[in-house]
Amino acid sequence: MASSTGFSLLEVAAGPAEAPILTDITVDLPEHGITVIVGPSGSGKSTLLRLLNRLDDPVGGAITWRDEALSAMPPPTLRRQVGTIFQRAPLFEGSVLDNFRVADPEVSGERGRHVLEHVGLSAGLLDRDAATLSGGEAQRMCVARALLTRPEVLLADEPTAALDIDARIAVEGLARQLADEGIAVLWVSHDTDQVRRLADHVLAIVDGKVAAFGHLSELDTHADPIVRRLIGAPA
Amino acid sequence: MSVALFGMDRADIGLAGLAASGGLIAVGVGISFWRGLGLERSLLWAALRALIQLLIVGWALQLVVDPNDSLIWSGVWLLFMLAFAAWTTAQRAAEVPKVFALSLLAYALSGVVTLGVLFGFQVYELEGRTIVPLAGIVVGNSLSATVLVSRQILEAASEQRGVIEGRLALGLSARDAFQPHLQRALRTALVPQIETTKAVGIVALPGAMVGLILAGVDPADAVMVQISVMYLVLGSVATTTTVMSLGISRELFTSAQQLRRL
Repeated sequence: MASSTGFSLLEVAAGPAEAPILTDITVDLPEHGITVIVGPSGSGKSTLLRLLNRLDDPVGGAITWRDEALSAMPPPTLRRQVGTIFQRAPLFEGSVLDNFRVADPEVSGERGRHVLEHVGLSAGLLDRDAATLSGGEAQRMCVARALLTRPEVLLADEPTAALDIDARIAVEGLARQLADEGIAVLWVSHDTDQVRRLADHVLAIVDGKVAAFGHLSELDTHADPIVRRLIGAPA
Repeated sequence: MSVALFGMDRADIGLAGLAASGGLIAVGVGISFWRGLGLERSLLWAALRALIQLLIVGWALQLVVDPNDSLIWSGVWLLFMLAFAAWTTAQRAAEVPKVFALSLLAYALSGVVTLGVLFGFQVYELEGRTIVPLAGIVVGNSLSATVLVSRQILEAASEQRGVIEGRLALGLSARDAFQPHLQRALRTALVPQIETTKAVGIVALPGAMVGLILAGVDPADAVMVQISVMYLVLGSVATTTTVMSLGISRELFTSAQQLRRL
């Protein structure tokens, strides 16, 4: 099992109170590497991710981050430490630099160019209208924008689902680079090939409950065939 | 029939004059009949309804315009007007949370601010004959802009959810995350009023001024009154839409700065 917890979830329930999507999630998520969250459609993967930066709150149970209750942390403070990238990159009006200034109003052109290069984009994109970026560029720009708040964890909700294979590989490479630099990545995916390429740890959610959690190699021999199918375990 | 306009002058067109002006409705009915528009009944009903409503209002205004009457009656009229405007707004923008309470607050605050300026600087004397018509202008002209801004804000919260949550996820407060959408909604609601104000006198002569001139008031004086009314309209629309939009924006987010699903 994974060691060293960042987020700890205890009997967490989430979604509409009358029909929760997540019903009994208890797990300690690692504070390093890439943890991929897998599960069938509607199993609550994205719901879980939204709890971790408090875009939503659970209807039951408790979540802590480094032993501090999430409910006690001011959401803006938490969200600057726990960055998020979404399936559809939310672009703000104006240039790439204007987008960066939403995350950090003081950001200089030099820092902007540096962070663009950090995510593998040309520094020349800084003055480009964000609306003209390609899907892959937009998603990497969003990662760069999130990095401006200097997060310690990055939540990624199927960020490559709408991208072509080249852009997908580039964004995955970026996630690996950030994980190697010490930013823990929690990545939702339904793509088994991607799970194989990316995951250090896997959290499998089925029917709103934790079906399995552990190192990818451990889960390859998991007793539940649904779990083995979700991670694309070799036959 | 006697028409009182801010106590500046009186004109009497008489029953014969009223009947003659009603002949214009006959023209409309005739055109509808001639062209087969099928609007004859609607035209007659609208004309009759306007006549009855205004006669009742004229009669009721007698209760408040007499300088010897207590201002309490004006206050009662004002409260009824505010409640009716808030109710109308609630009917037209039913999907907005707490719409009745918010619009009631918006119209009331707008009235306090705009009429406070007009009466505070003694532009008009504080009496029944000024309070009720001026408050009517505040509420009446703000209503459609208030409904528009309410719908705009709700639409933005729904259609731009991803972008708003994108800003929240970067650690922005709910207020800052929604600010661009709030600005856009307010601009949309205010621009028509600004354009109308810019075109006044060129495209059309405004009603208050026309009424005063017809009542025999010197056009220069009528213009002065009209300008104050226009500024009142602009100020009241700006105040009402601002209060309303800020109120709705607060309702859109939880105390944990999460965008609600409406």
